[in-house]
Amino acid sequence: MTLSKRLKDVDWIGVALWIFRAVIILLIIIGTIRKLFFGVGVSYTPKDWIDFIVSGLSQGGLYALIALGYTMVYGVLFMINFAHGEFFMSGAMTSTVLVASTLARTGFMNEQPVIYIVLVTITSVLTAMAVSLLTERIAYRPLRRAPRLVPLITAIGASFFWQNIFRGLFGGDLKPFPVPTVLDGRVSIFGLEFLRTRIVVFAVSIVALIALYLFVMKTRTGKAIRAVAEDKDVAALMGIDVDRTIATTFAVGAAMAGIAAVLWAMVFKQVNFFMGFVPGIKAFTAAVLGGIGSIPGAALGGLLLGVIEAVGPPLFLEGLGVPGAHQLKDVTAFLLLVLVLIFRPQGILGEPMAEKKA
Amino acid sequence: MSDFIWRNAVKIGLILGTVVLLASAIGMVEKFDERDLIVGILTLGQLLLYIPALYAGYLTVVGEKKHAPAPTLLGGALAGFITALPVVGLIFLATAWPGIREYFVNVSPALIEILTFGQGPVVGSLILIGIMAGLGLLGAAIHLIPVRVRRPIITALIVTLVVSLFSDVPLNVANQLLSRDTVRILFGTKGITVAAAIIIFVISLAAAVFWEWRGRDMRQSRQVSQDPAATKRRQRIVTIAMLLFLAILPQILGIFLTNVMAQVGTFALMALGLNIVVGFAGLLDLGYVAFFAVGAYVTGLLTSTSDLGLGMNFWLAMPIAVAASTITGIILGIPVLRLRGDYLAIVTLGFGEIIRVLVRSDLLKPVIGGAQGILNIGRPTIGNFEFVTPQHFYYLILAGCILAWFIASRLRDGRLGRRWMAMREDEDVAEAVGINLTTTKLLAFAIGATFAGLAGSIFASRLNSVFPNSFELLISINVLAIVIVGGIGSLPGVVLGAFVLVGLPELLREFEEYRLLMYGILLIVMMLVRPEGLWPSAVTKREMHADAEDAAREGIHPEQTAPLV
Repeated sequence: MTLSKRLKDVDWIGVALWIFRAVIILLIIIGTIRKLFFGVGVSYTPKDWIDFIVSGLSQGGLYALIALGYTMVYGVLFMINFAHGEFFMSGAMTSTVLVASTLARTGFMNEQPVIYIVLVTITSVLTAMAVSLLTERIAYRPLRRAPRLVPLITAIGASFFWQNIFRGLFGGDLKPFPVPTVLDGRVSIFGLEFLRTRIVVFAVSIVALIALYLFVMKTRTGKAIRAVAEDKDVAALMGIDVDRTIATTFAVGAAMAGIAAVLWAMVFKQVNFFMGFVPGIKAFTAAVLGGIGSIPGAALGGLLLGVIEAVGPPLFLEGLGVPGAHQLKDVTAFLLLVLVLIFRPQGILGEPMAEKKA
Repeated sequence: MSDFIWRNAVKIGLILGTVVLLASAIGMVEKFDERDLIVGILTLGQLLLYIPALYAGYLTVVGEKKHAPAPTLLGGALAGFITALPVVGLIFLATAWPGIREYFVNVSPALIEILTFGQGPVVGSLILIGIMAGLGLLGAAIHLIPVRVRRPIITALIVTLVVSLFSDVPLNVANQLLSRDTVRILFGTKGITVAAAIIIFVISLAAAVFWEWRGRDMRQSRQVSQDPAATKRRQRIVTIAMLLFLAILPQILGIFLTNVMAQVGTFALMALGLNIVVGFAGLLDLGYVAFFAVGAYVTGLLTSTSDLGLGMNFWLAMPIAVAASTITGIILGIPVLRLRGDYLAIVTLGFGEIIRVLVRSDLLKPVIGGAQGILNIGRPTIGNFEFVTPQHFYYLILAGCILAWFIASRLRDGRLGRRWMAMREDEDVAEAVGINLTTTKLLAFAIGATFAGLAGSIFASRLNSVFPNSFELLISINVLAIVIVGGIGSLPGVVLGAFVLVGLPELLREFEEYRLLMYGILLIVMMLVRPEGLWPSAVTKREMHADAEDAAREGIHPEQTAPLV
């Protein structure tokens, strides 16, 4: 075989991708080594690193909760619900403005912190569910047989619609979210100190994730959702109301987003109408990372993304001598998304995609 | 039978009533009320209240076979009445509990004033209910009028409203052509006068009637004479007329509108590029703004006379900037070659966001200026002539658009265009018939990026400076919306889309805060009602018809089988 012919047979794109992958991995390794062994940039104590990891895990729990909505909807409709971040935002905005600030003003919040959080969460969940059901009914259901680009475009439209509706209703400024004083300060576990909100957020997300898993695996409705995800037409033949099941899927995903919204507000202590966009994309990244369509995958992907995002910039970006590494937190997440989609589109726990899904 | 009408009336009335309530609660009604349509008679805010009532009446009775006049009219009135109820609820709530404003910021006393016509809650509500019920009745009555009478009247009404809404355009033209006194008779400070409204209504009614009675014969006769040579000749004449019109346009429009046109042109240029990627090749790219940014920033860096720049000549810098965009297009294209559909969309979105964050970051600040951007970008010159005013840039952008249009149309009809479309329809089949997907896709990305780079280059030089916030995700979405609303894959459609989505909002600048809301609604409605776009390409239209026939045979609703990518 001549050299020119052999050159022609080389898969150039494959080579380019390999080089790309190698460069990224090399950069990460070099950055890590320089940081850990040569102490480039700010020096952190082991306690700092544990703080990074814990805040990453609790952040990751939130990503996981939001990611569930993406993954479940993708499971039944093979569609990226671009508007999912807005369900999250609607819950946070409505519960903050209508319930949380009122209860804080009357002093009820600090008298009954548990009931306060429950009331706020219920408002948030109900709003997110209502918004998701409306979106599904108006923007997605009539287009179920349309080419796949079409619902994606209506999803973008719905996203803009809800953002601006909520901006119009409650105003465009940042709204403070009142947090009960019980949750202020730090709590000490195993001799290490953690922010209380972080611990509460992490615990609640894990409980919600387990509850959702049980719901999908053990109840009749969950069974119907899995059947519809498997095959809509056959599910319909088995007597399952497909439209209703799809609506339920949206509502359940939105409920998780509603819970995440309250937890998010507790951590960041403020909400506004644009808060759904970045968490939405990040959660989608988490869903893809874990394997879209898989519920444990979404949980794993969320936690992993949270940790990578928290630890990554101080570890290898600072190690590489990048100035202002914390600004590039979002870049880490998006880059991770790009890398996963290019090199392992089925994610960590996902099954290899069939052609129609990929 | 009339049982059906009552149930329909309640349902539709409640839905549209909620719409009216939302429009009031988010402040649209109040904001739009500042804008007169017909001075002293109708404001845009009032229109926002009345159209739903009218529509509710119409929707209630339309569709089913004709009912007797009495239940039809009563049903319409009922629908209008119910449409008013949610807003009336809002009026009483806001009157009884002034603290509502702490929760819903836009439920202001001014809004209630508008809703109640300044007559207090009880009388005002009764007036509002009366008007809306009357409009519902009118909407239902429209259905009773024979089509041939109905259509010209509706057309003339819509024309009058549209002209009054965009009265800035005729106002600017009139300022150039007519005397000051004539202008004052026809136009108020915002909107048109009653006299002008009547004139426009009568003229458009006459035209519509003429079209209705005479047009039918003309349309029939045209279908017979489908001589290809004649069609071609006609097309050529239309093209030349269009170009002449575009060439003299700045002389008629005045500075403000020419600036708007330059903005429209910049977006049209980008949309022509994205149309190649999305429309021809079927690759949904949500990070398109990245190439626009590259074109603008490279031009800025090369021509700026500030510390960051090299102070190069614009005509030297532009080709380099465009080439840089093309190369970026290829580089970003390589990793995503194997992705399809929505995955591609998300990855390109990720790229766009990465570039946006990088541009703002400290990492690149020494090179491209971070949030401060680049200032003092060079203007293009020819000999001693320097491009300064909007008119000059209008011609520059027009030249760019014509070039892009020419390239796009030649590519579309050539081998490459066929390959793109084959790939769009089915990648696997395209590959099986011997199309090299790698080069075909990369060419689409590269050429699309080239157009965006050109747009970015001219944009930077027109504004004289570049800032990171000119390159938000919103630009990508905006351009995508232009392509989709105009007609995916259709060149005239894309340009029309740029006029509708960039030009019209520029004319309604005071409603800037509701622009994105309208975009969202427009995208959804467009996909539900007319997924092929405002001015679809011939192929898409043919496919729609074929699909509609198939669908009719199989008993599927035609709207559910839209042929998009």
